[in-house]
Amino acid sequence: MEIDPFIFRLSIFILSIFIGYYVVWSVTPSLHTPLMSVTNAISSVIIVGAIIAGLAGNSENIFNKSSIFGFLAISLAAINIFGGFLVTQRMLQMYKKKKKDK
Amino acid sequence: MSANLSAIFYLISGVLFILALRGLSSPETSRQGNFFGILGMIIAIVVTFLSVGSFSGAFVYVLIFLLIGGLIGAFIAYKIPMTAMPELVAGFHSLVGLAAVFVAISAFLNPEAFNLGSPGKIKLGSLIEMSIGAAVGAITFSGSIIAFLKLQGIMSGSPITFKGQHPLNALILISILVVTYFLCSTQFSNLFWILLAISFLIGFLLIIPIGGADMPVVISMLNSYSGWAAAGIGFTLENTALIITGALVGSSGAILSYIMCKGMNRSFFNVILGGFGAAEQSSTSGSKEQKPVKSGNAEDAAFLMKNASSVIIVPGYGMAVAQAQHALREMVDTLKKNDIKVSYAIHPVAGRMPGHMNVLLAEANVPYDEVFELEEINNDFSNADVAFVIGANDVTNPAAKNDPQSPIYGMPVLDVEKCKSVLFIKRSLSPGYAGIDNELFYKENTLMLFADAKKMTEDITKNL
Repeated sequence: MEIDPFIFRLSIFILSIFIGYYVVWSVTPSLHTPLMSVTNAISSVIIVGAIIAGLAGNSENIFNKSSIFGFLAISLAAINIFGGFLVTQRMLQMYKKKKKDK
Repeated sequence: MSANLSAIFYLISGVLFILALRGLSSPETSRQGNFFGILGMIIAIVVTFLSVGSFSGAFVYVLIFLLIGGLIGAFIAYKIPMTAMPELVAGFHSLVGLAAVFVAISAFLNPEAFNLGSPGKIKLGSLIEMSIGAAVGAITFSGSIIAFLKLQGIMSGSPITFKGQHPLNALILISILVVTYFLCSTQFSNLFWILLAISFLIGFLLIIPIGGADMPVVISMLNSYSGWAAAGIGFTLENTALIITGALVGSSGAILSYIMCKGMNRSFFNVILGGFGAAEQSSTSGSKEQKPVKSGNAEDAAFLMKNASSVIIVPGYGMAVAQAQHALREMVDTLKKNDIKVSYAIHPVAGRMPGHMNVLLAEANVPYDEVFELEEINNDFSNADVAFVIGANDVTNPAAKNDPQSPIYGMPVLDVEKCKSVLFIKRSLSPGYAGIDNELFYKENTLMLFADAKKMTEDITKNL
């Protein structure tokens, strides 16, 4: 009997939860705010779905009901991607070590 | 591009996202981590374009919308003050939620584009995944909007409770399950819209009873939801990058909520069910008697600190509100010139989001190796001369250790009272968020400085 591909995706999902668990516990508490902003940015990889939806509009009918939602989702996700990564970058630039030791 | 090849690239971008989070384990590796994240995102987007492969008229519009969003995002990222980071993150969560909802809607309206069947005959598994993604996305969206409004101060931070709130919420949650069941069994499209509407509604209702100082838990929780929403959509689109990312973000948010709850010694459900701080306020205000308080001015504070050999600074949300972090660092610079040892003590729930205080101190150029977490520094208070509490309150309240009647009893607190003297900047004697009096105010060795945190800090610097 063949295994449903869903099971493979489920396996990836479950294993990723465990990876996330161990990786996030090792994040230093002082970087919890950048952690939130970067998770925000990466969860916007949902833009791939939005792009598929947007490109699905064929040339006679670029703006159909489905692709309009796709286009809107592209913009929303793009705000997050650019905003999320850049603000994380901005924050991380500020974390500096003591210049000289006493 | 063949489906297999693009799947491999999605896997690569998923791995890069894992490395992005891994980088955050120390400030030195964090910038590299962020770069991995950006790289993963670029790969995912480019591969999507290549795998669809139709560069028709729609392609231009996709780029335009991408650019519009990108410009808005970049603009916000450069303009936003660091003190507004909690609002920003809440706002961003709402966008992830809404994007998930929109993607689910377009997949529902045009399932052919995603290989999910045809309208009215969507594959059962895909429809279930889509519904979960859409419902969680909608909850994330409306919940984050409320969190944003509360953090921004547009909506009052105090909990909004009404009779029958919990039964109502339970009823709506059950109805979400029922509607999902019927949607999947009948494919009746109106049920999809009903599902979205009640999910939006429950998002609002779940967050309104939660008070302002519980926002660290709420933001983390919504962070987690946005991940689960993304994962739901990832299953629908059969996209590994999205599934991996959703799982990472989901567990990240869940861990942060756990850490925040532990920082307050409260269970997750206690926070989520809300209403904390509203009930207690009335019970304590009746029994309040006038107790003597020693209050001082900037000169007294400067005198105390000048004669100290070590000072521990305890920042809290009040510092963020007063934007006092730069003034504080200037004061510390002056102290250091006088050979006084200074360190910072940060409580896990200080501020309005995890790590909030750390970012503000980093912004003010405080080196991160002078900043310590609660467990690292709590034993040092007994050896320090002065504790300088700026804008924190409940996290220093000794009642958490010695008054079993107190609503915050059992919460880990900073042992500020063990210092030889305590300086407490506060605008008035009003109780903190938990609505409980802080006995620290009335201690023999406490000097209250009633003023705006920023102004007082500047005045002290002048007097040093």
